[in-house]
Amino acid sequence: MTAETTRTFNIDTVANAEATPGHALPWAELGLKDNEYQRVEEILGRRPTGAELAMYSVMWSEHCSYKSSKVHLRQFGEKVTDAMKEHLLVGIGENAGVVDIGDGWAVTFKVESHNHPSFVEPYQGAATGVGGIVRDIISMGARPVAVMDPLRFGAIDHPDTARLVHGIVAGIGGYGNSLGLPNIGGEVVFDSVYQGNPLVNALAVGVLRHEDIRLANASGAGNRVVLFGARTGGDGIGGASVLASESFDSSKPSKRPAVQVGDPFAEKVLIECCLELFKASVVEGIQDLGAAGISCATSELASNGDGGMHVELTNVLLRDPSLTPGEILMSESQERMMAVVTPGNVADFEAIMDKWAVEYSWLGEVTDTGRLVIEWDGEKIVDVDPRTVAHEGPVYERPYHRPEWLDRVQADGFAADRPTDLRAAVLELMASPNMCSKDWVTDQYDRYVQGNTALAMPDDAGVVRVDEETGLGVAISTDANGRYSYLNPYEGARLALAEAYRNVATSGAEPLAVTDCLNFGSPEDPEVMWQFAETVRGLADACQELGVPVTGGNVSLYNQTGGIAIHPTPVVGVLGVFDDVARRTPSGWREDGQAVYLLGTTADELDGSEWANLRGHLGGQPPALDLAAEKTLAAILVNCSRDGMIDGAHDLSEGGLAAGLSEMALRFGVGARIGLDELCERDGIDAFTALFSESQARAVVAVPRSEEVRFNDMCTARNFPTIRIGVVDTENRALDVQGYFNLPIDQLREAHEGTLPKHFG
Amino acid sequence: MPRIVVDVMPKPEILDPQGKAIAGALPRIGLTGFAGVRQGKRFELTVDGEVTGEILEQARHAATTLLSNPVIEDVTRVEVIEEDGQ
Repeated sequence: MTAETTRTFNIDTVANAEATPGHALPWAELGLKDNEYQRVEEILGRRPTGAELAMYSVMWSEHCSYKSSKVHLRQFGEKVTDAMKEHLLVGIGENAGVVDIGDGWAVTFKVESHNHPSFVEPYQGAATGVGGIVRDIISMGARPVAVMDPLRFGAIDHPDTARLVHGIVAGIGGYGNSLGLPNIGGEVVFDSVYQGNPLVNALAVGVLRHEDIRLANASGAGNRVVLFGARTGGDGIGGASVLASESFDSSKPSKRPAVQVGDPFAEKVLIECCLELFKASVVEGIQDLGAAGISCATSELASNGDGGMHVELTNVLLRDPSLTPGEILMSESQERMMAVVTPGNVADFEAIMDKWAVEYSWLGEVTDTGRLVIEWDGEKIVDVDPRTVAHEGPVYERPYHRPEWLDRVQADGFAADRPTDLRAAVLELMASPNMCSKDWVTDQYDRYVQGNTALAMPDDAGVVRVDEETGLGVAISTDANGRYSYLNPYEGARLALAEAYRNVATSGAEPLAVTDCLNFGSPEDPEVMWQFAETVRGLADACQELGVPVTGGNVSLYNQTGGIAIHPTPVVGVLGVFDDVARRTPSGWREDGQAVYLLGTTADELDGSEWANLRGHLGGQPPALDLAAEKTLAAILVNCSRDGMIDGAHDLSEGGLAAGLSEMALRFGVGARIGLDELCERDGIDAFTALFSESQARAVVAVPRSEEVRFNDMCTARNFPTIRIGVVDTENRALDVQGYFNLPIDQLREAHEGTLPKHFG
Repeated sequence: MPRIVVDVMPKPEILDPQGKAIAGALPRIGLTGFAGVRQGKRFELTVDGEVTGEILEQARHAATTLLSNPVIEDVTRVEVIEEDGQ
């Protein structure tokens, strides 16, 4: 159909490349370094064609090849014990990890970044971030059931922040809501370090039966390769346009890097269509198209399978007929999938495509040649070993060293005067950008669609039911504290894991597995690289100590503006399992007279805290972490949920006990009378420290009177410190901290819920 | 009163889901003569009095900063029309 228009290219064939070795190609403009281009020439034994260069340059980019992070990420595999693998059905390296949750059910989950696109075009950048992670989940054979979005923005009062907040939140809601997926949690953090580099991380979770797991590989010579879903357009083509030598046509559309525009309704059809393909068992291997588009899908499918594939690129259905072969290979058009189908299943495959009105085109077939050969109208334009494109890219041992400034920062502990008016301090904290209610954001997301959401924001973890018969379900929480990681990246990563782990346990679920999205500055800065190395080491060590494996994730580097990097921000997602979500523990008080207990001990740990943040201070060391204590605390919280010993629970993290008590009161509008004296005496601290310190391994729980003895016995048996700090009080709608302040819930709510509407409403 | 018309179209290389949906709907009502659809938007800025060069310049400024998203859209027309529609 478009044959005439496509003839305007000067196609750089393999034969042409052999005949014209001196022909200059714009490899530097495509982001390849001198040594990398030389390596391409060595691999091929000749200069690459324009199309080959396009493939190598995108697949060897930091984003696709993990060339700077790979040497460190290996620890996630090396530090996994057999016990940790017990529930792991698919580990790192596939589109997403798959975890066994029992009864023949499995879940797959993963978090990814879409930071840079969201800064350029907030709405579409964030929307396609959701779309991309959802396709990763589909390609494992799972039905997506929920999404979450950890977000980080610049200062709340900076003029550009509103542009990003409005666009990104609307984009996430617009895409996720249209897909009919509940958004069950995430984070919203404001810090000026993210001003030019907002972080838009997107997590998706999907559900499947064990036998439905699908992997991205192309096996079986003679099997057909098909591209289906949306047509290929000029979206997201960055450097490809500099392959101008490919084109003689000057009448093409403007060639600056185009952002991707998503179509959630097309994706929804794609989800249902893929699930039907899986059910009918008509695909052998499947791969979603994300970054690097067809380059990535063909080379990964081929190198994960028998190692060969033959593709006729003119068969790709185009939205823009003027695209050159290199552009087609690099296009990041959304809502596309590639699959491998046996010849016997072709008719069934086509019937399913027709049923869902999804466009498809047969591109070629799997071969046993070990080569990925791509032709353009019968002329060979790519002839490569797919492994050299997909897996054997450059690997760098980037130099790194501990920043000299770190000693100075770590020596500068928080020493500001402590306020005497604790009531005002609590109000200030709960109205602050990071601690205020995120309802303005989460109200734009559909949290309950599909009817399986058991907990969502503002509870500690998002909980969804998987099996409607038994109540089997999962809980997920994502956490990161860039301030802790700035002070100590090794401990910061461990603290992020501990918090997500604690959140999942607080909801009552048994933590099982981890996904991570590591957001950092430039790996070419040795100090940033050190932060990265320390983070991975810390996270891998902590995963081993807690017995939860990393199943997959994503690394986002070069998050910096004008030479200033963001705080190291390892977003850690922990997934836990419930035998029955009906026993979930909500994060608020409900029943009058229940006892309020604080689990764990409190030390003077205000360095890096939200309170220090409010006073503009960032120095010292983050709170001490005791993973053995975290494990015990988690076991107590899970057992309490299972045995009905608690009616409400909230973990303590940012904002400490002040935030924990306030949020428990706000959750259902039920207050409590709290006494701090015994706690202060036991832990040797003052009331301010009791309220604002961010000591770890703590949680507040509400215990029915009939369960107090059992609860205390269990804590004693596990040798875990606990102290009764008060009682739930439905009469007085107030948080009453005796001897210090009485704070009516309405007043607390006004402060807590007013902040985001004031800035963005 | 004269009006200034501003037309905005999605950039040619950008996916236009709405246009695609319309293109899919046309054959369903039996209209098969169209190969593609792109959907843009039209703004009408009413001017009280004469359209001076300065006002037209303001309209152009509004077109590229407020009425369109320059990352994904092009302003394809900024033009004065009189009350009778021409």
